[in-house]
Amino acid sequence: MADDKYKIQKIDDYRWRIPREGKMRVDGIVYADEQMLKEIQKDESLQQVINVAHLPGIVGYSLGMPDIHWGYGFPIGGVAAFDIDEGVVSPGGVGYDINCGVRLLRTDLYQRDITNKMESLVNTLFANIPSGVGSHRKDLKLSLQDEKNVLRNGARWAVSQGYGTKEDLEHIEEQGCISEADPELVSDRALERGRAQLGTLGSGNHFVEVGYIAEVYDEEIARILGLEKDGITIVVHTGSRGLGYQVCDDSIRVMINASRKYNIELPDRQLCCAPINSPEGREYLAAMACAANYAFANRQMITHWVRESFESALHIGPKESQISLIYDVCHNIAKFEEHIVEGEKKRLCVHRKGATRAFPPNHPHTPDAYKSVGQPVLIPGDMGRCSYVLVGTEKAYADTFGSTCHGAGRVMSRNQAVKVSKGRSIAQELKEKGILVRADSRATLDEEIPEAYKNVTEVVNIVEHAGISKKIAQLKPLCVIKG
Amino acid sequence: MPKYILIDHTADIGIDVFGASVQELFANAAFALFDIITDLSKVEGEIEYKISISGIDKEQLLVNWLHELLYLHDVKNLLFNDFCVVDITDNQLNAVVRGDVITEDKHVIKTEIKAVTYHCLSVIRDNDCWKARVIFDL
Repeated sequence: MADDKYKIQKIDDYRWRIPREGKMRVDGIVYADEQMLKEIQKDESLQQVINVAHLPGIVGYSLGMPDIHWGYGFPIGGVAAFDIDEGVVSPGGVGYDINCGVRLLRTDLYQRDITNKMESLVNTLFANIPSGVGSHRKDLKLSLQDEKNVLRNGARWAVSQGYGTKEDLEHIEEQGCISEADPELVSDRALERGRAQLGTLGSGNHFVEVGYIAEVYDEEIARILGLEKDGITIVVHTGSRGLGYQVCDDSIRVMINASRKYNIELPDRQLCCAPINSPEGREYLAAMACAANYAFANRQMITHWVRESFESALHIGPKESQISLIYDVCHNIAKFEEHIVEGEKKRLCVHRKGATRAFPPNHPHTPDAYKSVGQPVLIPGDMGRCSYVLVGTEKAYADTFGSTCHGAGRVMSRNQAVKVSKGRSIAQELKEKGILVRADSRATLDEEIPEAYKNVTEVVNIVEHAGISKKIAQLKPLCVIKG
Repeated sequence: MPKYILIDHTADIGIDVFGASVQELFANAAFALFDIITDLSKVEGEIEYKISISGIDKEQLLVNWLHELLYLHDVKNLLFNDFCVVDITDNQLNAVVRGDVITEDKHVIKTEIKAVTYHCLSVIRDNDCWKARVIFDL
């Protein structure tokens, strides 16, 4: 396909190359089909793929996943890996919501077990899980010391306080704790913002969704993951709240100066960065790890309240509900990982901004329970359609630094979405489709209307056809709480 | 001339801000921030805060100014409706702002803004008018 603005070359039906030119250090590669590529070109996201390709020490390609859209600095749906010795780390390549991520829970319940109790269930979840601006659990008070323990230990801290079980930890990326975290590098402001917000969902596109398994594409793998048709599932999507935003903001200020200090030429100030091996780079990574751990703890605590909500709303015990964690993935993160580059094993710093790790079967970081099938990948859609469970593949490991898409990706700005939803009751429309929604703010629902997103099915089909993930099951929503 | 207009940005929200002077530009940018967050007609301005901010240039000064207000909003549960930029240079700003502590029954939160970004950031003088562009992360 010819294009005037960018010199895009077709690699195959699902991959497009933006050849290196000017000061780009590597090619850009975007995963999309022809139709989706046209959509992608409506905003500036391809320019952002090109901008990222300018950064020092970038290895292989600047990658765009099919849910790519215009972000700030890095595109959302972007993956970039950097050489440890020559490369940089960029807070903009992780984003403000550090370790924003998704976890999937399974249950022993079926749709028939909750059909008549849905109203009570959604209300209980909404009452128990703080959402929206300024809300928090009245029974949770953190001292500064507690908070620093959260930053050091992540989900492990939550489990040690009675939020969930040790088994949960095995089913979280990094076992719910990035070890390089140093709370002394987190500013007082970040700590202050984080203290009151632990165990809260936040607003925007964050949610807790109860759904059921509508389709199973691979029975054998689904069984190993613990998924069965009509089984009830829960998806939790949230991140590191104000603490993460503040860590990112603090770091960007440092990095703007660092970029000058190390003579790094930037096509966009938001791409500011520092060498991985510089004091600024190391300090960012240690503070980022704190925010990532906070997010792991946050999702772990919310999981505990999901379990409590099911038990109280359905009048059942934990033995009957059997709510267990399938997996928890980060989709805004930078990580040290080993990959094969030009036939050689190398340690790289992989930035995933709106992208999910998708490690193959038998990889040391794929949890033991899933060694034979690959790491579970969770792709939430919009509130009205569906979400997917996939697993990572060898091809993802070889071609995309073990990465895949993270969600549907917006096609409509929030402003447009609010205009489109004017005069409509989104909650009522969803109710007519059998989906109960509770939201702290009506504006959130309007901004998050299903039409504002790409169809997640199209996104997931591309990563499946391109071979960077394998589709296992489709989940459909029954009730959702949002901020 | 409007104080600001919203610009479409796929994932987030952006503003183009206008002012007859730099002081007015910075005050209008702050107004836009809280106009996006809340219904400002419900905010009375009962509390006064003095704010001093520095930055390496006008662009960073604008981000730091908005960020400071966002921080106070987040940590002290405040909504601001009145912004007086007392004096401003390329690197320094002193302002007096007024706002209320958020009361659940009185105030509404329309949108949570996570951060003020540096993406597409600009502050320019165009003849007699100052213009700025800022993208917020939602």
